[in-house]
Amino acid sequence: MKILVAVKRVIDYNVQVRVKEDGTGVVTENVKMSTNPPDDNAVEEAVKIKEAGKSNEVIAVTIGEEKAQETVRKALAVGADRGIHVKAEGVLEPLAVSKLLQKVVEKEKPDLVFMGKQAIDDDCNQTGQMLSSLLNWPQATFASKIDIKDGKLEVVREVDEGLETIEINIPAIVTCDLRLNEPRYASLPNIMKAKKKPIDQLNASDLGIDLAPRIAQIKVEEPPKRKAGIKVSSVAELVQKLKNEAKVI
Amino acid sequence: MARESMEYDVVIVGGGPSGLSTAIKLKQIDPNLNICLLEKASEIGAHILSGNVFETRALDELIPNWRELNAPIKTKVKKEKFLFLGKTKSLSWPTWLLPSVQQNHKNYIISLANLCRWLGEQAEALGVEIFPGFPASEILYKEDGSVRGVATQDMGIDKDGNQKDSYEPGIDLIGKVTVFAEGCRGHLGKQLIKKFELDKGKDPQQYGIGFKEIWEINEKKHEEGLVMHTAGWPLDNNTYGGSFIYHAENKQVFLGYVIGLDYKNPHLSPFDEFQRFKTHPKIKNIIEGGKRISYGARALIEGGLQSLPKMYMPGALLIGCDAGTLNMPKIKGSHTAMKSGMIAAETINHYLKDGKDLSLYDNLFRESWLHKELYKARNVKPSFSWGLILGIIFTGIDQILFRGKFPFTLRHKHADHETLRPSNEMPKINYPKPDNIITFDKTSSVYLTGTNHAENQPVHLKLKDPELPIKYTLEKYDEPAQKYCPAGVYEVQNENGKNKFVINSQNCIHCKTCDIKEPSQNIIWVTPEGGGGPKYGNM
Repeated sequence: MKILVAVKRVIDYNVQVRVKEDGTGVVTENVKMSTNPPDDNAVEEAVKIKEAGKSNEVIAVTIGEEKAQETVRKALAVGADRGIHVKAEGVLEPLAVSKLLQKVVEKEKPDLVFMGKQAIDDDCNQTGQMLSSLLNWPQATFASKIDIKDGKLEVVREVDEGLETIEINIPAIVTCDLRLNEPRYASLPNIMKAKKKPIDQLNASDLGIDLAPRIAQIKVEEPPKRKAGIKVSSVAELVQKLKNEAKVI
Repeated sequence: MARESMEYDVVIVGGGPSGLSTAIKLKQIDPNLNICLLEKASEIGAHILSGNVFETRALDELIPNWRELNAPIKTKVKKEKFLFLGKTKSLSWPTWLLPSVQQNHKNYIISLANLCRWLGEQAEALGVEIFPGFPASEILYKEDGSVRGVATQDMGIDKDGNQKDSYEPGIDLIGKVTVFAEGCRGHLGKQLIKKFELDKGKDPQQYGIGFKEIWEINEKKHEEGLVMHTAGWPLDNNTYGGSFIYHAENKQVFLGYVIGLDYKNPHLSPFDEFQRFKTHPKIKNIIEGGKRISYGARALIEGGLQSLPKMYMPGALLIGCDAGTLNMPKIKGSHTAMKSGMIAAETINHYLKDGKDLSLYDNLFRESWLHKELYKARNVKPSFSWGLILGIIFTGIDQILFRGKFPFTLRHKHADHETLRPSNEMPKINYPKPDNIITFDKTSSVYLTGTNHAENQPVHLKLKDPELPIKYTLEKYDEPAQKYCPAGVYEVQNENGKNKFVINSQNCIHCKTCDIKEPSQNIIWVTPEGGGGPKYGNM
């Protein structure tokens, strides 16, 4: 079984994101970038399945500028076998990304496609679902447990009401939750070995897909600053303030 | 369990200006050398913090075509100011009356973090193996006592020392030579200095704590290329320190403050002095209407030549500010660190090829401009132990009239942890509350550093005696860790009438001040799990 894992390069989750002064987006210069955290879980799960002898190849794919390759390198360092880098500049919306992934799937013919449930930069949570629709494959989103059983996939999903267990056919798309596993650290010797693993380069513009954004972004602004809180001395004062000042009760 | 090991010709610990310069120079001399460089930050540059007005002398020698290679060195110094601050007044000092070492018209305003990222790229292009996110946590020795290499930190250990599912053992990196370039107060460098008595016959090392904020300011107030320094308020005559205000590119201003860690009053809070400094009308005027976008702090070396330890030992070299090559009167340590790294590369080359002893380092160092520079600078910092005014007068005579050639050398008498006076003998200081426009508290500042340490790992700030902070240090010095730590790591909390010493190690920004200033040397800074610590951008 072949598993394709999609990884995205985003602003590191520890970095405080800053909005550009002209409101056209967020500042990415001089900012530490990393792999989208749930994508790390997706890679880890694929590698675990391989280590359990249930998969024979894990391929990591990323779409983006030159430096996006670092995310593939990282996946290779924790156990993926080879990588694909689809070179693209500028903003790509989930529809364009899923169409590009569709092309990669058609070429590589994997049995499973894993990715994070959403990217922490745009929080869209759409790419997996769109890809499933484009390929007409079943999907399991927000996965926190994955079992391969008799050629089918049993997936536990993190849903609002609790946990939902579903069974789907293979081939399938799975989007991964942070609760799925604890991603491993890349060891130094494995980072060395990863440098020698192959990464295929493709150009997004050669794949015959209209990459133009469908959504016009009007403005990006920071959320309003929270006002400082106050201390009240009694319950009565709290109730009085909630009633008369905050007007919430 | 035996750890895996990897062998290299040269193992370098630390991806700052000195370590990267060693790596690059070695590869230029001999492309066939196998070199690996370890860096504890998640990427090269993420733990680098510096002013920085950059003198290109060392870089001109190392990579003469740095301009063509698009080095991030763009903003030439165009104008300079030096101000003495009173509480509300200021006195401008004519720059022609400044010693030549403090004149910057040939220099550039840069981000040292970005320069290191660029140097990292140059090194990788030459074939240096760079491993960010891997702290060297332990020194390995041969049976004869010489340095054999270093071990990287085990990853995936929980707070009680047990292995987690993600456990990944560290590995031994063996080098024919190991180069320690951890920066000021490196935790392995400290061990080497002790073991090999590298500081024998030297004065105690002197340190400072430096703060830096990056502000995006109003276009009308921004003068790209303007370099400004101040002395005086808010510090008193007996506390060594001063500020820098550098107008960099993109409407940014690098604003910072340095305070000597030989201060005496345990109530003094370097962080709050820096915040208060910004309320001076001259300074406030620059940043008012602007926005603070970065914050950070780091200890720096101020001891100079008198305190510089021997930089070679069997199997290893100690370079840059891991030893202490900063030039204090110049307020610059980047070009000196780079040069010390380049000398290391030449030494190693002769050691590997011609069987020369590593003590060759000392000869090459003494013949270099680096030694001349540090010799000339040596009397400035100690003269300030007489106070700001006498210090300035002496420095004027020493640097302008005698050009650093006085036939005597002033000594540093005390280590910084010995200088605190008991808290009941010293005046309390009331710092104004932050207004969240110009001045801020530690919590919101630390947030900007992006610092983080994976949860559930051993505390990397070790106490030799866990009882001491409450039993002794609180009583005698009012536990100054609460004040000198720029990241709010240390707190004394009162629970049911009982005092408790709390270490919020997640907040640590790896400045090393606690390891230096703790009066009983009771706090030991060790490396946390790889990739932890701040995520500085263009600091």
